[in-house]
Amino acid sequence: MHLSPDQIIFWQYGWLRLNATIVFTWALMLVLVIGAHLVTRRLSTELRRSRWQNMLEIIVVTIRQQIVEMGLPQPERYVGFLGTLFLFIALANLCTLIPGYEPPTGSLSTTAALALCVFVAVPLFGIRDQGLSAYLKSYTEPTVIMLPFNIISELSRTLALAVRLFGNMMSGVMIIGILLTITPFVFPVLMTVLGLLTGMVQAYIFSILAAVYIAAAMRTRDSPAASPASNSP
Amino acid sequence: MLIDWFTVAAQVLNFLILVWLMKRFLYQPVLDAIDAREQRIARELADAAAKQAAAGQERDAFVQRNADFDHQRAALLEQATHEVASERRRLLDAAQAAADALLASREQKLRSEAASLNQAIRQQTRQEVFAITRKTLAELASASLEAGATTEFIRRLHRLEPAQKSRLDEALASATEPVLVRSAFELPTAQRAAIQQAVREVFASERPLQFDTSDKLVGGIELSVNGQRVAWSIDAYLGSLEDDVSALLHENKSAPATGIPAA
Repeated sequence: MHLSPDQIIFWQYGWLRLNATIVFTWALMLVLVIGAHLVTRRLSTELRRSRWQNMLEIIVVTIRQQIVEMGLPQPERYVGFLGTLFLFIALANLCTLIPGYEPPTGSLSTTAALALCVFVAVPLFGIRDQGLSAYLKSYTEPTVIMLPFNIISELSRTLALAVRLFGNMMSGVMIIGILLTITPFVFPVLMTVLGLLTGMVQAYIFSILAAVYIAAAMRTRDSPAASPASNSP
Repeated sequence: MLIDWFTVAAQVLNFLILVWLMKRFLYQPVLDAIDAREQRIARELADAAAKQAAAGQERDAFVQRNADFDHQRAALLEQATHEVASERRRLLDAAQAAADALLASREQKLRSEAASLNQAIRQQTRQEVFAITRKTLAELASASLEAGATTEFIRRLHRLEPAQKSRLDEALASATEPVLVRSAFELPTAQRAAIQQAVREVFASERPLQFDTSDKLVGGIELSVNGQRVAWSIDAYLGSLEDDVSALLHENKSAPATGIPAA
């Protein structure tokens, strides 16, 4: 049994390794992009539209609404990043139903990559919104003494993002694998259903936390006395 | 080691590519479609509002036109009523005037017919009376009626009142034309001489007399000179008879006069 799909290597040339994480990520990317393209190539602006377009519109509008509820007044700026986070993680977790599938989110490399993206995106959005100096100054709020704690906070929440998602997904897969060996067949099915729910909740938590972090970086300018975002939900 | 940094880098790259692709193929088209639909709905709502406003304006204009039509119809009806009333009054007045004119015409015609009848009766009466009188006088008198008339005329000349005689004297003196003696019949020579003699005696005038006949004198003799006249004729008696007959006719006419228009 593998702890991570990184350990399943399909092809290797020197330091260049094509493992299951990357392969399944590409497969998910293909599914997402081709599916989106198939639906959006014949988009209707009329009142009548296809059920697939309806589904995509519901998803996009819901994501946009969630972003607004997190306190980001211009959701079109962030819907690409946050929406893709949610859709990628959700689809990666949903596909655990497929036999032989190894979720890329069960790899700490993938979750770390996503957390790094959030770690970089938060200051980028903050700097784009309020400028470099104003953003950097926000680390010294409310006093300069808080500077190391703010930096530690940034790092720790990034680590928490990565480990939380990885732990949940990896544990889910591991538990199902263990249960398959020691319990009747029905119980792993229930655990798989529970794993689907957990996967969706984790996708929601990951993207919502990213939105909260970005919103906190935005909010610093509006209310300098506002405290930095918390580390965990 | 659970973290493979090559995989991390590859996954970061994969994720960034996925973000770009999803923006390109999912979010942007879907959001554009939603915006286009919202704009379309907003446009249709605006059009509907505009059409509703236009319909409201047309309805108000229609109601206003209906009210105007009602007012015009009422005004025209009132005007027509007045015109009909005035026309009716005018026609009644015209009919009344025509009836009055017709009544007056009929009255005039009746009067004319009555006058004609009166004239005819008078004429007939005179002629009958004259004929009867003449016949009676002819049958009863020894002399002819003309001789009697001449005698009566001469007697009247001699019995002239002084005022009338002086007026005749002046007329005879100033007359330039011959003295005209008219009679209803041709006078015999003896009677002409007698008249000439009587004039000479009464007026002391030698002026010659011119004798003439006239149908208007119903049995009688008239002497006229320069506007003055002395006469004796049955016509004078007949004149009084005519007056009496006229008075009688007038009484007969005024008595049933109220019954004429109804006839």
